[in-house]
Amino acid sequence: MMGWFTAHRMAFTGTLNRLAGAPLTTLFNIAVIGTALALPTGFYVLLTNLQGLAQQYAPEPQVSLFLAAEAAATDVRNIEDRIKAHAGVASFRYVPRAQALETLRTRAGLADLLAGLALNPLPDGFVVIPAAGNASALEALRGEFKTWPKVAEVHVDSDWARRLDNLLAIGRYAVLMLAAALAFALIAITFNTIRLQILTQRDEIEVTKLIGATDAYIRRPFLYLGTLIGGTGGLAAWVMVWGALQIFNRQLAALAELYGIPLALTHLGATDSAYTLLFAAWLGWFGAWLSVRRHLIAYDPL
Amino acid sequence: MTHITLSGVSKRYPGGHDALTGVSLNIAAGEMVFITGHSGAGKSTLLKLIAAIERPTSGTVLVNGQNVGTLRPRGIPFLRRNFGLVFQDHKLLFDRSVFDNVMLPLDIIGFDRREAARRARAALDKVGLLQKEKAQPITLSGGEQQRLCIARAIVHRPAILLADEPTGNLDADYAAAIGDLLRAFNQVGVTIVLATHDLQLAARLNPHIIEVRAGRLAS
Repeated sequence: MMGWFTAHRMAFTGTLNRLAGAPLTTLFNIAVIGTALALPTGFYVLLTNLQGLAQQYAPEPQVSLFLAAEAAATDVRNIEDRIKAHAGVASFRYVPRAQALETLRTRAGLADLLAGLALNPLPDGFVVIPAAGNASALEALRGEFKTWPKVAEVHVDSDWARRLDNLLAIGRYAVLMLAAALAFALIAITFNTIRLQILTQRDEIEVTKLIGATDAYIRRPFLYLGTLIGGTGGLAAWVMVWGALQIFNRQLAALAELYGIPLALTHLGATDSAYTLLFAAWLGWFGAWLSVRRHLIAYDPL
Repeated sequence: MTHITLSGVSKRYPGGHDALTGVSLNIAAGEMVFITGHSGAGKSTLLKLIAAIERPTSGTVLVNGQNVGTLRPRGIPFLRRNFGLVFQDHKLLFDRSVFDNVMLPLDIIGFDRREAARRARAALDKVGLLQKEKAQPITLSGGEQQRLCIARAIVHRPAILLADEPTGNLDADYAAAIGDLLRAFNQVGVTIVLATHDLQLAARLNPHIIEVRAGRLAS
């Protein structure tokens, strides 16, 4: 007597042979499922990259305080004392205008442009890290700083990051909805594929039932078929997204060179990749399961 | 020991056709029984009821003490493994070799592959088809296909062989060969239930004969 494992291995190799026996059909099935999965996967990859960029360039909320151009050294000290005494401030940093210019020159690669300037156009500034990072606390600080003498501008630097975060959240919902719609399509595709397969194998199903095959025995190769189609479709989607990223990154590299910052999109990590493949395989299995449930019952002569 | 018992069995098909009416019979283990009668008399229906391919409309069918009519669907495959079925239309699978056709019942039961291959070759040898194990069934003659069907029916060594017109459209020589095969199985203790109107075969094997006439047992 052979074990459960051998029975599964036989069903699996039988399914592989069946797929290899009709290579064109198999290829088209995989291509359809791959394309359907590549769309949400690709969008997800883009979103993840954008989110990474956002986090990289907006580490923590801070308030930038710029003094008026005519502020004197005493004004600077006056402001510094007020910031030091303020309860809502966790820490702060004074950025004199000369240092700001130097930073701009070395860090942002604008040396050529700045060399043409006769005067330093930048104001003295303070970078303040607030004690509380929530939006209302930041807003309160900004309002208060603005009323101080010789303060020209107050910026809350996390504003754009928060807006991007909101946009990304909307994007994530869109990807989720797209994924749900295409997951449904994938289930429908495997459902139909398995239905056709059951029709072509109806003689075999009938005979095996007559000579004592259990439902599990009959179902097994179809479930493997669905799982394999789904899984390889997922793999195809992964490869498609990878290919798209290669092309995209070549274009981005040119752009990145122009701006002097490193820009490259990264593919799904190992965990996300594994989840994508597993999910695709599961969808294939589920479509096959539904189909088998629906169509095999019709074959029992009893 | 009684192998198969039918008591008061009737079968009415949807549409109102009465295939069998009030049939009662006993078939003992190791017996050879021929069910004879005209086409449409109900021979095939009787076999189908025994093999749990049909359920009786009324009455009970007992096989090895199990009531076929009330068996749970999950139990049916295991009941059917007691039988070797020989079909009039063979029901061979044309997408695989002769050898793989004979392997099928063993795969279903879950035999070890090597032992299964050994048994499949032994079964093919018994019906004289060992030379053709790699052939496709479609290339076999009618008599060879019938013998292949028999090899598939006996490969898992069933206790009961149910055969529907196994010599149906064969030459006398082939029919005689199949008769000898059946006798050989019967001699090793296999219960044989055979639906046929081949009287020559009946004369050779001298079985217990049950005649069906218009859905009832004659005599």
